Amino acid sequence: MVKFNRFTLSNGLRVIVHEDHTTPMAVVNILYDVGARDESPDQTGFAHLFEHLMFGGSINIPVYDEPLQRVGGENNAFTSNDITNYYITLPAANLETAFWLESDRMLSLAFSEKSLEVQRNVVMEEFKQRYLNQPYGDVWLRLRPMVYKQHPYQWATIGKNLEHIEHAKIEDVKAFFKKHYNPQNAIMVVGGDVTTEQVKALAEKWFEPIPAGQKYERNLPQEPDQQEERREIVTAKVPLNDIYIAFQVPARTDENYYALDLISDILSRGQSSRLHRSLVREKQLFSEIHAYLTGSFDKGMLVVEGKPLENINIEEAEAAIWQELEEMGKAPITDEELTKVKNKTESTMVFAEMALLDKAMNLAYFELLGDADLFNYETENYLKVTAQQIQEQAQRVFRKENSSTLIYLAEK
Amino acid sequence: MMLNRTLAPDFQAIDHISLIEPGHTQLPNGCKVYWFNSGDQDLLRIELIFGNLRFDPTKPLLNMAVNTMLTEGTSTLSATQIADKIDYYGAFLQAEYGYDNSQLTLYSLNRHLEHTLPVIKDILTDSQFPEKELDTYIRNQQQKLQVSLQKNDILARRAFNRAVYGDSIYGLSADAVHYQQLQRADMLAHFKQMYQPANCTLVIAGKADEASLKQIIDAFSDWQNAAEPADVSQQLIEPATEHFYFTEKPEALQSAIRMGLPMVNRTHPDFPALQVLNTVLGGYFGSRLMANIREDKGYTYGIGSGISSLKYGSAFFIATEVGADVCRSAVEEIEKEISLLKTEPISEEELSLVRNYMLGSLLGSLENVFSHADKFKNVYFSGLNYDYYTRYTEIVKSVTADELLSLANQYWNFDEFYKVIVGKY
Repeated sequence: MVKFNRFTLSNGLRVIVHEDHTTPMAVVNILYDVGARDESPDQTGFAHLFEHLMFGGSINIPVYDEPLQRVGGENNAFTSNDITNYYITLPAANLETAFWLESDRMLSLAFSEKSLEVQRNVVMEEFKQRYLNQPYGDVWLRLRPMVYKQHPYQWATIGKNLEHIEHAKIEDVKAFFKKHYNPQNAIMVVGGDVTTEQVKALAEKWFEPIPAGQKYERNLPQEPDQQEERREIVTAKVPLNDIYIAFQVPARTDENYYALDLISDILSRGQSSRLHRSLVREKQLFSEIHAYLTGSFDKGMLVVEGKPLENINIEEAEAAIWQELEEMGKAPITDEELTKVKNKTESTMVFAEMALLDKAMNLAYFELLGDADLFNYETENYLKVTAQQIQEQAQRVFRKENSSTLIYLAEK
Repeated sequence: MMLNRTLAPDFQAIDHISLIEPGHTQLPNGCKVYWFNSGDQDLLRIELIFGNLRFDPTKPLLNMAVNTMLTEGTSTLSATQIADKIDYYGAFLQAEYGYDNSQLTLYSLNRHLEHTLPVIKDILTDSQFPEKELDTYIRNQQQKLQVSLQKNDILARRAFNRAVYGDSIYGLSADAVHYQQLQRADMLAHFKQMYQPANCTLVIAGKADEASLKQIIDAFSDWQNAAEPADVSQQLIEPATEHFYFTEKPEALQSAIRMGLPMVNRTHPDFPALQVLNTVLGGYFGSRLMANIREDKGYTYGIGSGISSLKYGSAFFIATEVGADVCRSAVEEIEKEISLLKTEPISEEELSLVRNYMLGSLLGSLENVFSHADKFKNVYFSGLNYDYYTRYTEIVKSVTADELLSLANQYWNFDEFYKVIVGKY
């Protein structure tokens, strides 16, 4: 059970405080309700590039990192298709430094041309390092447009291509800031060795003077249900063949999310999972195989990915995956198997409470989903899932017409 | 009053860092037990840590393969049954191979210890390395190796380690042929000699209350030693004579760079000050390498340096992946930054920032009871005690720019640097 207090400033900034006096540290986590899905199709990769620019100095503070390091703090950030999340860890005695830094860059950036130029290069190197110069690195650049034809999930957070990043201009950066970076579109969680009164006073001092700005009204094209099987085969300079099968699944907030997440656990969590046991150990068709959910805010993906052994024919390997997937729809799983995945989920939640930053991130995430307290009901929601629900969801999702298959063939 | 946003708020330097010291006992069979009792959650991390056996260059994979395959079956439990039991009780079991020690780690809720401990006990006393599972292991590892060998940063690390550490346990990386040579009989013999109580340190962290401790200690009390003690000595490390290694990848978009040289390890009195010097150069986001090569030039997504302190050796290294067209410039800039630290004293402003950053980072790394156990392992397996941290924080606070300048000259001799490039140069 993660306890917290919550208040909203007059400019709309939502603030959550989680007191944890077992640590001398504090964390400040600020989530902005903007991700790659909010980009325009001809300017992709922008939310992520923007995240880099948030470290390039703000209106009153020329550099961001240095003053934080000077007080013993560390920070980082990540961008997903749904959100952009910034976080600071620092000695609790120096909490105010975090408020000073974060409020100034919420107020306004410096918008320096030099910073834009350098970060464009840095992000292009990141694009090369993670997506182009790695075997299978381009998988999301290929798979997303197969699964999504309407929704902006069709591009990865890094963007569709290097050109979109190369052509980013300072006017675009300013417009993006105005549209998305204001108190109404943000959630701040402060955790650790802090008190609610202290956080309230600091929030009123540093954040309340920031103008509320415009509320961003999201109106994205939703992805229609898939009606036909999609396939793509690429021959590439990769060492081994690789099979990706992506299925459309309901959004993170859908009631069936928990059943689907347990389905991915049954399939691939741990050495006792079905895909590993059957296809790696017993039938010896794959060297490794995984299944996971993207947990997206809009229609998401359940992805199965496996590398067949070198002597195995790719059709045979693919058929074996389908056999396992269809099996889940044919018969309800046993109580024992269901208990197993539920127990694992339950203990994972207990372990997650050991980490202050994880707790802060989760509170912000669930607040965005509707209520930070949902975090405390996650375990319960998993425990409620029945064998029948799992069978129904498996039948609904694991259909050829709902699948996008991407196969890498190793160039010989 | 108008808020002045240009002025940084006051702050406090970190004065003191308090570490939890463990409880300790030794079992009659020689197994050493350390525990850290803290935390609100009813869970435990139990680490069984074993010194690696003396390295045999003709069978370089034995330490790693035996460790990885600990979960692959005993006389009474198959690999699948082990996985089933662990997963059913919501526990996590990991075999982790390290350069000096290898370990088996169990994460378990206290209330399930009665079910999870017997599995661990069975693994440690009766692992069988079944032929069928060994074949699967060899096959899958060879495939994974093929993928790894396509990655420039991995190739650079392998070449660098080989150069700096020679044909030792730290230097030799596995090739496909080594997997093929693995024999069950060798593995069984290795297992019997290494995984015995006198070569085991048990580190328990979490809700290590009296009842749980008794349960754990009881589980391992009748565990017997083998006839021969474990030989955990290692041969002397002989670095290579060749100092430059270039592997060309004509189609590379980026080149991996790894350079550095043998260094003193944590037991040496200069080590804490060298950590300060390393942090200035490449040990944090605001470091000189990041400021120059990423934030000023935009050559890379990331660059860093570090000191890997091992029991029988140590190395200082700089690692990055840079645009293939700017590789040579990046190397020049790295050398420039090292030279600068050898010729100009660090300003007090930068040094005070690094001092605060390092102490904050140490404080921040103590997130929970597991981190306290990790701090203990760092010193314990280096043959040091908690005085190390007192000395470390003192030196971080007090080392002078002149001392760092002379350390840079003493330890960073360019002629001794090893340089590895994979990609284009």
